[in-house]
Amino acid sequence: MVGLILVSHSREIATGTADLVRQMAGEVEVVPVGGTADGDLGTDPERIQKAIEDAAADELLVFVDIGSAVMSTEAVIEMLDDELRENTHLVDAPFVEGAFASGVMASTGASATDCLEAAREAKTEPKLG
Amino acid sequence: MSAADKTVEIVRAMAVSMEENRKVLTQLDSAIGDGDHGTNMNRGFQAALASLESSGSFDTPADVLKAVSMALIGKVGGASGPLYGTAFLRASTALKDNASPSGEDVAAALEAALGGIKQRGKAEVGDKTMIDALTPAVESAKSSADSPATALRAAAEAAEKGADSTIELTARKGRASYLGPRSAGHKDPGSASTALLLTAAANVLEGK
Repeated sequence: MVGLILVSHSREIATGTADLVRQMAGEVEVVPVGGTADGDLGTDPERIQKAIEDAAADELLVFVDIGSAVMSTEAVIEMLDDELRENTHLVDAPFVEGAFASGVMASTGASATDCLEAAREAKTEPKLG
Repeated sequence: MSAADKTVEIVRAMAVSMEENRKVLTQLDSAIGDGDHGTNMNRGFQAALASLESSGSFDTPADVLKAVSMALIGKVGGASGPLYGTAFLRASTALKDNASPSGEDVAAALEAALGGIKQRGKAEVGDKTMIDALTPAVESAKSSADSPATALRAAAEAAEKGADSTIELTARKGRASYLGPRSAGHKDPGSASTALLLTAAANVLEGK
């Protein structure tokens, strides 16, 4: 099954989004990585790396919020072992909406490709009409 | 001394330079950024040095640079951590298992580092970033590649000029870009730290 890693500058945004996804897709592995190790706002590459390496899911979708969250995660993915890197996908989608759509898709046992497609649709889905 | 041991000495000199220039870099960053560049770079390079010292010996410069990369990505924080970490990682990959790099190999490693920073930061020359220091540094290193020492000295001098050239630029990347035209008149802190790191490296190879 596909799992999700949620990287945000804020611990609350990461854990809150994880709660939201789990409410609809409880069986999906969702790992929030929010803030720095000290609990401040920011991103923490060491914890991002650990979350990816410790995850049980066969394939991982990594959602990121703004600025250094993107660069930190890209740098971490570049340093992973080959096999893990091939199964770890950084997603270009809105953090909450994308994670939610992918999580629901993952809960059906869908492939990583389908979960990525769900996230892409979340990026362009209009909210008003 | 092996090239790997010399690379460790270069990192030691970089760590000393980041400690000595911590306040200068932070002052530059306070003018147009969030004022933590000196603190972050010092923390990262002290962590990198500590990681090298606890690892014992290394076979190649590439092994040293890879270990530095991991420490910088983990400990610098902000945008500079992944950017410098990627730069050291790409330089490491470019040098592969080369135990005694030539001047041309050093220039190629710097070029790979520049490529990594451009890809990660999605910035170009003129955006008022470390790329404005590293791009002329790579060009100068390539044309003075008689030895690693000449390549790095040429790179350091070009990087200093490149860093000075950022003073008049308006930032188009990072937090400073929100200031628009008000970012002009200040040297970019990332370009300043790039010049300092290359100068530290050149000093070691020249025995200074």
